[in-house]
Amino acid sequence: MVHGEAWTIKELFVYPNEYIYWSIQIVMYPFMTGLVAGAFVLSSLYHVFGVKQLKEIARFSLVFSLALLPVAMLPLLLHLQQPQRGIYVMMTPHFTSAIAAFGIVFTTYGMIVISEIWFVYRRFIVETVLELRSKQRRGNVESAQFFLYSLLAMGAMDLSPEAIHKDERAVGILAGIGIPVACFLHGYAGFIFGSVKANALWMTPLMPVIFICSAVVSGVALCIVTYIIAMEIRKQISAWKRKNDPRLPSNEELRSAEIQTVTLTSKYLLMFMVLAITLELLDLIFRNYTAVKSWDILRSVIYEKDFFKIFVLQYGFGNVLPFIIFLLPGLTIRRALVGSLLVLMGVFMMRWNVVIGGQAFSASFSGFMEYRLPIWPNSLETLKEGLFGALAVIITPFVLFFLVTRVLPVFGVKDTH
Amino acid sequence: MMNRRDFCKKTMIVAGGLVIPLAALEVFNPKRLLAEKSGSDDKSNVRWVFLVDIHKCVGCGFCVKACKVENEVPYDANVTRTWVERYVVTKDGQTAIDSPRGAKDGFTTQKIDQGHLGDKEIDPASIAKAFFVPKLCNQCDNPACVQVCPVGATYQTGDGIVLVDRSWCIGCGYCVMGCPYGVRFFHPVYHVAEKCNFCYHRITKGMKPACVDACPFGARKIGNIRDPEDPVSRIITSEQVNVLKEEFGTKPQVFYLGLSREVK
Amino acid sequence: MKNHVWRPLLIVLVVVCGILMTRALVVPEDFGVYERGYMYGWHRKSNEAEWKAIRVKYKTARVCAGCHKDKHDELIKSVHAAISCENCHGPNYDHPEDPLGMNIDRSRKLCIRCHSYLPYKGTLRGGIPGIDPEKHYPSAECVLCHIPHNPKAMNQKREARS
Repeated sequence: MVHGEAWTIKELFVYPNEYIYWSIQIVMYPFMTGLVAGAFVLSSLYHVFGVKQLKEIARFSLVFSLALLPVAMLPLLLHLQQPQRGIYVMMTPHFTSAIAAFGIVFTTYGMIVISEIWFVYRRFIVETVLELRSKQRRGNVESAQFFLYSLLAMGAMDLSPEAIHKDERAVGILAGIGIPVACFLHGYAGFIFGSVKANALWMTPLMPVIFICSAVVSGVALCIVTYIIAMEIRKQISAWKRKNDPRLPSNEELRSAEIQTVTLTSKYLLMFMVLAITLELLDLIFRNYTAVKSWDILRSVIYEKDFFKIFVLQYGFGNVLPFIIFLLPGLTIRRALVGSLLVLMGVFMMRWNVVIGGQAFSASFSGFMEYRLPIWPNSLETLKEGLFGALAVIITPFVLFFLVTRVLPVFGVKDTH
Repeated sequence: MMNRRDFCKKTMIVAGGLVIPLAALEVFNPKRLLAEKSGSDDKSNVRWVFLVDIHKCVGCGFCVKACKVENEVPYDANVTRTWVERYVVTKDGQTAIDSPRGAKDGFTTQKIDQGHLGDKEIDPASIAKAFFVPKLCNQCDNPACVQVCPVGATYQTGDGIVLVDRSWCIGCGYCVMGCPYGVRFFHPVYHVAEKCNFCYHRITKGMKPACVDACPFGARKIGNIRDPEDPVSRIITSEQVNVLKEEFGTKPQVFYLGLSREVK
Repeated sequence: MKNHVWRPLLIVLVVVCGILMTRALVVPEDFGVYERGYMYGWHRKSNEAEWKAIRVKYKTARVCAGCHKDKHDELIKSVHAAISCENCHGPNYDHPEDPLGMNIDRSRKLCIRCHSYLPYKGTLRGGIPGIDPEKHYPSAECVLCHIPHNPKAMNQKREARS
């Protein structure tokens, strides 16, 4: 079977070679990079602009963006027909292609995030090493820990105030460089689509900007969701621990700190959401008004075929509803959680409507293609580019986050800042 | 503190280590690029072009069959390097278009294939005009598909043919998306981008593409636009020819005689 | 190197060097910019020769005429003169040595490519003698009655005429 045939349904006249070649993994790719970029921008709000109230969530989102980082690449590898050759993008880059820069931008960005985390956690790492070193007898686990943390310290054991101060400055600088790089990483994902002149829906110079704004929106929303869930788990644990040690913070204290952080973060979320929606609507109105050759087919895709996905799921449940949820006075944790989840769904639908919607019509403008997401895999292709492939991509960052926090705990750490 | 000896030693290591990667950077040496570019650009006296005469096509699909066999694209796979479209315009101004399986077995029924909507019957009395349009790669002068390849796996030769390096293509599909003509697809066996190349193995041996040889009606012709004596060149320069989707700025090099406005 | 702040940079340098060295090893010697410049001509030069070396399957009717002059002469006098031998007889490959070549397609499916009637008046197709494949002896092969090398009505096989 030809690639794409398994999930493409053709209607009226479609060129014989046309199929939905960019499927669910290409929906996941901008969605995941968006989360990375958004999480990083959120953490930078604290590190660069000194928004003090975000201290707690800043460290959290920084580590989370590290966990998301490899996952931004995963959907691309699952999508490639020759994944083993993916490295050629860095071997013989052809910079007239928007994809060629991926390897370089991604590596740069990854190094910035990892370096920043190293500086943030250096004090913790060194202290752990010193503590383990001072122990007379070390068990197997502790030996492994000692080895790991010594490796992570890279021999930089200096904890003098000057050294710590240097760490702080390095974090500030890296976070500063990181913002444009994160925006570039994602804006350029938008450019990949926006520059395809053969696709009437994708081709717009607004695409990179729309992608950046919705990226920040989704990244912030995911951080809120994960933060709330992590805090919930923390409350359970501390309630259990408090039985033995009443000095630990009470649930009420935790909760008030939590709602404060969430409320503030959601303000940034709304800000970027307004920007994203404005641009998206501008794009739609502009297409509607200028009504060039492609508008006939685009109109039938936007207003008929994909009406439910665009206007109900994306704009209705993904934008308008969370807007109301966040703006109504007296924001509660539960409401913030629901709102953020809806925002995530909305951004996901936006990616879907761009990637799949852009292939919902033939380049002949005389026919349509419908995408049927493969559920049960009956071949490697439908496994990779089906529901299970997408789920793997969604679950991986949480697994990685869990693993990373075993080494670099996010809560209750005396860090550099 | 680092002493002088240590410093020298380290400098040597760093310098040595940098020499190797700098060698790798050589591919980006602008002078070398320029030399290569100007070296052979003017020498080439061949630029392949194609001419399709829509009036002569009867939709037998022998070209598609020959192409699939000649270029080893599995016959029953629903992708093809070249295909034939049928346009049936009725008196009420509606246009019905189809190309069942790329017309590899020709058009043997009056019914129009509408994909999952099934077949559509058209009353013969209502037909205002009907014609067949063979399609193939346009070997554009500004090939959008080549521009977007991230690794240099697809490229244009000096004589104007766009080829795909099967050992270098990563299969991202960006070129498939970048082509406005829907010419590219993934090869069902090699799993890399695949496209028409005017039968490069034939034309470089002085033969004609398989589709040209298979066409009984002379609807397909190949020529060299750099040769003013070439019969195809003469038609292109002296007669009323047209190209597909000029608005994309791709400068397509497949020319059509009798191209109607309904053609997509 | 006393300042610990530069340590991550060291790792970055190692990674960059690693990438560049892999590139020196992996990228073929002849990968470069050729005739069409960096935008359209960035490729591995030897791939062009690989494409040129693809095996030619259809050898054209001229090659057939070299041995089968009788058949060729018969055909060029008929209305099917324009049809290349290999369209029905299959690609030559290296006939007669190669068993792959010359699989004659005598199927009905082949004939109706042209001879299924389509009501497109004023076009070349509309003028070709055509049948409705669903009504004209649907279960018979065309070659039972018609002679492809000289398909005029009077040349129909004797059994069919009677």
